[in-house]
Amino acid sequence: MYLPDFEYYAPDSIAEACKLLSQFGPRAKVLAGGTDLIAKMKNEVLKPEILISIKKLDQMKKIEYVPGKGVVIGARSTHNDLVNSKVLNEKYLSISEAAHQMAANQVRNAGTVGGNISNAVPSADLPPIFIALNAAVKVTGVKGERSLALEDVFAGPGKTNLTQDEIITEVIIPDQKMTGSNYIKFGLRGAGALAVVGVAVAVQVENNVIKDARVALGAVAATPVRAKKTEEFLKGKKVSDEVLAEAGVIASGECKPISDVRASAEYRTDMVRVFTKRALRAAIDKGHV
Amino acid sequence: MSNMIIDKDGVRRYVVSITVNGDEYTKMVKSNTLLVNFLRDALDLTGTKKGCELGDCGSCTVLLDGKTPINSCLMLAVEADGREFITVEGVASHEKLDHIQEKFIEHGALQCGYCTPGMILSAKALLTRNPKPTEHEVREAIAGNLCRCTGYINIIKAIMDASGQEIPM
Ligand SMILES: Cc1cc2nc3c(=O)[nH]c(=O)nc-3n(C[C@H](O)[C@H](O)[C@H](O)COP(=O)(O)OP(=O)(O)OC[C@H]3O[C@@H](n4cnc5c(N)ncnc54)[C@H](O)[C@@H]3O)c2cc1C
Ligand code: FES
Ligand code: FES
Repeated sequence: MYLPDFEYYAPDSIAEACKLLSQFGPRAKVLAGGTDLIAKMKNEVLKPEILISIKKLDQMKKIEYVPGKGVVIGARSTHNDLVNSKVLNEKYLSISEAAHQMAANQVRNAGTVGGNISNAVPSADLPPIFIALNAAVKVTGVKGERSLALEDVFAGPGKTNLTQDEIITEVIIPDQKMTGSNYIKFGLRGAGALAVVGVAVAVQVENNVIKDARVALGAVAATPVRAKKTEEFLKGKKVSDEVLAEAGVIASGECKPISDVRASAEYRTDMVRVFTKRALRAAIDKGHV
Repeated sequence: MSNMIIDKDGVRRYVVSITVNGDEYTKMVKSNTLLVNFLRDALDLTGTKKGCELGDCGSCTVLLDGKTPINSCLMLAVEADGREFITVEGVASHEKLDHIQEKFIEHGALQCGYCTPGMILSAKALLTRNPKPTEHEVREAIAGNLCRCTGYINIIKAIMDASGQEIPM
């Protein structure tokens, strides 16, 4: 399989990368790990004429805690960087665990956080847990920087609300009161399979009462989505199997899945019910975010 | 980019320096040359195989910076500029085979051999990072390497044995 020809640039600064993206317009695309883009170019799903590599932008490859801001994850961090990060293992183990469930080792060593988000694939594994933890993304374009909630990045399958010249530079997980979080990926194999359903939850539980909850669903709508009715239902409830089961039923009413080769819409809907209940139970019991 | 020329046919060619198994190669490549084709065609290192060419099978596995397994079918040669790789040809430093290779032979951990270079490199990376892995960790380390022949059992036995641990039944 050979790739069609394209022009290649590897700028030294974010500003220069944005300038090139703006100059070339929709003919140009950012190249990060290439695990999605190169495969799509081989299949002729995408035909960019210019690739702007971000490999030299080392300020986008970091995972650190910034007091007052939260955990800052550079967009060029790979999935295995998330798995192995000391900061995440201590502060948000659920993110490391979610990254660990992706693809297989070789793809986890190349695929990046920025690529996983910018793809805007409904089944992507990182957006649900990021949304559950109220993450924001920092994007830079020719006009400067802006920040938006992760859930507001997505416009539809394969579509984001970023402009052509914008690059995602960071994901920021703010300090929070949540006491537990969890992501359950349900795929057809243990490795190398995309999610049929992905459910991420974060909960704040005090004295066995759910003070706050966020629930995000993957692979069951045109974009990763929050289950807001489920969140509202959970707030103020005492933890019980009945409450968690009821939350699962509400969440299954909030998704709009399609049928495809991996599963039918009916099956996905029912799995949202099951995995929402299980993800909530795990987040409550494991006692870490 | 400074190290780019346009040849007489109007084709863009980029100068890259890539270190493979300790030797540095400086070559002109096109933007769309994949690392796997650079290794196989430009360097004649055909131990790195091509299976799916889409990141699924791991036949094209190489070790980036000598330790990190990646699929060379998804990496551009221009992206690899300035980096170091180990391919299966570089696993054994001299004429003697690497310990892991010996164990693959001993356990009959291959049939057609097509997946073997990738398997050996994934195993090598695992044992370098984690000399005493559990069986689960071994299975996980080779989850991105598909084998259509062996059923994996002898591969897992070979890697566990190479780590000096009890061989699972
Ligand atoms: C075998 C295989 C298995 C996979 N399994 C999974 C899985 O289990 N779960 C999962 O979620 N995904 C999976 N993927 C998809 C893919 O690996 C991930 O989505 C990965 O995170 C993409 O990142 P990348 O750096 O490789 O992106 P690239 O391929 O480099 O880019 C993807 C897209 O994002 C854009 N882009 C990249 N970075 C930025 C940025 N910083 N700012 C703006 N735009 C940007 C690119 O222009 C391109 O359109 C798999 C892929 C393969 C090949
Ligand atoms: S040939 Fe590269 S992963 Fe299959
Ligand atoms: S030995 Fe034939 S594919 Fe593994």
